[in-house]
Amino acid sequence: MGAVNLDILLQQILNGLVLGSVYALVALGYTMVYGVLGLINFAHGEVVMIGALSTLSVSRLLHNVFPGLPGPAVLLFSTLAAIPVCMLLGYAIERVAYRPLRRAPRLAPLITAIGVSILLQNVAMVVWGRGYHSFPAYVSTEPFQFFGATMTPVQVVIIAVAIAIMAGLMVLVHRTKLGRAMRATAENQSVAGLMGVDINAIISVTFVIGSALAAVAGVMVAANYSIAHYYMGFVLGLKAFTAAVLGGIGNLGGAMAGGLLLGIIESLGAGYVGDLTGGFLGSNYQDVFAFFVLIVVLVFRPSGLMGERVAERA
Amino acid sequence: MDRSRAVSFTLVALAGFGISGCGKQEPPAEAKQAAAAPGISELVVKIGHVAPLTGNIAHLGKDNENGARLAVEEINAKGVVIAGKKLKIELVGEDDQADPKTGTVVAQKLVDAKVNGVVGHLNSGTTIPASKIYADAGVPQISPSATNPTYTQQGFKTAFRVMANDVQQGKVLGNFVARNLGAKTVAIIDDRTAYGQGLADEVAKAAQAGGAKIVAREFTRNDATDFRAILTKIKGEKPDAVFYGGMDAQAGPMAKQMRQLGIKARFMSGDGACTPEFMKLAGEAAEGFYCTQAGLPLERMTDKTFADRYRKRFNAEVQIYSPYSYDAVGVLVDAMKRANSVDPAKYISELPKTSYSGLTGRVAFDEKGDVKNGAITLYETKQGKLNVLEVVGGSTDTPAAQAARK
Repeated sequence: MGAVNLDILLQQILNGLVLGSVYALVALGYTMVYGVLGLINFAHGEVVMIGALSTLSVSRLLHNVFPGLPGPAVLLFSTLAAIPVCMLLGYAIERVAYRPLRRAPRLAPLITAIGVSILLQNVAMVVWGRGYHSFPAYVSTEPFQFFGATMTPVQVVIIAVAIAIMAGLMVLVHRTKLGRAMRATAENQSVAGLMGVDINAIISVTFVIGSALAAVAGVMVAANYSIAHYYMGFVLGLKAFTAAVLGGIGNLGGAMAGGLLLGIIESLGAGYVGDLTGGFLGSNYQDVFAFFVLIVVLVFRPSGLMGERVAERA
Repeated sequence: MDRSRAVSFTLVALAGFGISGCGKQEPPAEAKQAAAAPGISELVVKIGHVAPLTGNIAHLGKDNENGARLAVEEINAKGVVIAGKKLKIELVGEDDQADPKTGTVVAQKLVDAKVNGVVGHLNSGTTIPASKIYADAGVPQISPSATNPTYTQQGFKTAFRVMANDVQQGKVLGNFVARNLGAKTVAIIDDRTAYGQGLADEVAKAAQAGGAKIVAREFTRNDATDFRAILTKIKGEKPDAVFYGGMDAQAGPMAKQMRQLGIKARFMSGDGACTPEFMKLAGEAAEGFYCTQAGLPLERMTDKTFADRYRKRFNAEVQIYSPYSYDAVGVLVDAMKRANSVDPAKYISELPKTSYSGLTGRVAFDEKGDVKNGAITLYETKQGKLNVLEVVGGSTDTPAAQAARK
C-alpha cells in the first residue's frame, strides 16, 4: 500500500490509547498488591468483572426506579454503588485467601489466587448467567470526527478518567501519610511494623483501593465495548498483568506506562505487521508482537521499563 | 506435585459447585415414568453430550445441551422399548470449554464411562480432535453444530453430523456477497479457530469465484473484544463488504466498532454469529447484517411447538443449534431401535442407513457421514430482527417431492 495513511495511523494510535488506558488502570491493581505483598493477585481480573456486572445490575435497577434520570447520571451512581461492592470483595479476598498464607511459601498464595479467580467466575456465572449482557450506552457511543480519525464520547471519558485516577493515586502514594505507610510496608514489612505502621490495615487498604480501581476499569471496559460477561475479566487480567510486568511490576508509574505502551503496541502491531513484513505475518501475530516487545524489554531491563532492582522481590 | 493437586482439587470442587448450582432445574422426570411402567425392566443407556458450558460461548453450549436434554426427557416420557426392555436414557453432560485440549480429555472421559453414543461437540475445533477418540473406541458421535468439512473427511465410521457443512455455507455466503450484493471488494476476518478459519476460507473462495476481490485478510481471537486495530486497517482498504468467520460474542461488538469507526461496508457472518445473542450485542449496529445458518429457520421446522416446549422447559430462547442436538439424540435412538440393541458395536451399522423424520426435516447421511440435502438459510437483519432471505437446499419436503427432483 506504499505511503502510510496519516488518518489511519492517528486512528490506530487513538485505538491504542483507549485500550492502553484500560490496561493501565487494571495493571495498577496488580502492581499495588505486588508492591506491598510481593504477590500476584490473579483474582484481580475477576474483581474487574464483578465491578462491571454489579454496575450493570444497579444501573438496571436505577433505570426502573427513576426512568427519567439521564444516562451519565445513571452510570455515575451505579458505578459509585459498585465501587463499595468491589472494595468489600477485595478486602474479603485478602482476608480469606491471602492473609492466612502470608508466611507460607510463595507458591501457596499464587494457587489460592487462581482458586479465587475460578471461584469468582463461577459465582458470577450462577448470579448473572452464562449469556452476554449488553451494556446500555449511558454515555454516547456515537462517533465524532477528530482530525480525520473517529472517536466516541465514551473513549474520551475513559482516557480522562484514567488520567485523573492515575494522578490521584500518585498523589496518594507519594504525598500522604497513608501513602508513606504503604511505601514503608512495601520496603520492609517487619521494620515498618516496628515503626508503628499497622501492617494488616495497610495491606487491606491496598487491596481495597486496587479493587475500587478495578470497579472503575470494569465499568469503562463494559461501556466501551457495550458488553459485559462473567468471563470478561480473565483475558483483561492477563493483558493487564503483562502490562504491569512490561512497566516494572511494583512500580505505579511503570504500570501506567506499561499499560499505555501495550495498548499502542497491540494496536499498531495489528495494523502494520502485515505491511511491514510484506504480508508474511498478519494480524494473527498481534499478540506475538506484543510479547516480543515484552521479551526484548525484559532481556535488557529484567525488572521492567521503570522497575527498580529490589533484591528480595526477585 | 502439590501445586497441580491443589489446582485440580479446586477445579473439582468448583465443578461440583457449578453442577449443584444448575442442578435444581432438573425435574424428577424419570421418577414419574418408573411408576408409569412398572411391569417392564429398564434398560439404562448413557448418551454423552459435550459443548462449552463455561467460557465465552457458554450460552451456545447450554443451548445445545438443552436441545439434547429435551429430546432425552421426551423419549424417556414416551417410553421406547428395545430388546423387551424400557429404554431409560441418561444424558451425561460434559463441558469442553470450547478448548481442543479439554475436548479430547472430556471425550476420553465419556469413552471411559462407557457411553453408548455422543452428541457433540459444539465447535469444529473440539469436535475434530475428539472424533478420533470416539472412532478408536467405536462410539458413534453426532455433532449438531460442527460445520468444518474436515470432521467427516477423516474416514471415521463413527462421525456424523446433522447439519450442512462450511463448504455449502461458504458457497452460499460467497455467492451472495459477490452476486446479490454486487460487492467488488471484500475484507475477511476470522477468529483462528477451525470453524472460523475454515468458513472464512470457503467464503473467500466463493466470493473470488463470483468476481469479488479479497482486499484484506485479518485475524482476531475467539476471546477478543477489541477489534478496532484490524477494523481501522480494513477501513483503509475501503471494502464493499466485511465477512467475519467466528462466533456471536465477537461479531456483536465487531459490528458496533465498525459503525463507530465509520465503516460503511456491509457486514456478514456465518452460523456462529447468526443468533439472537448477536442481535442483542450489536444493538442498532445489527441493522443490514447478513448471515447464514447451516440449517432451517425455526418457523420451517416440522414441529412448530418446539420453540414453545423449549421455552417452557428451560425458560430461555432457542439460540441456534438446539433443534439439531434434539434431532441428534433422536437419530441415535432411532438407530438403536432398528438394531434392537443399544450396543454401539451393533447399532453403529444402522446409522448410515438412517432415514429419520426429525424436527429439522428428514435426516439421512451420505457415505462420509454428512447429512444429505443439508439446508442453508440466509438471513438479513431488519428492524432488530433476523429475517429469512432465502433457504438453499434442505429436505423438509416429502420423499415424493425428493424423488421428483431427482
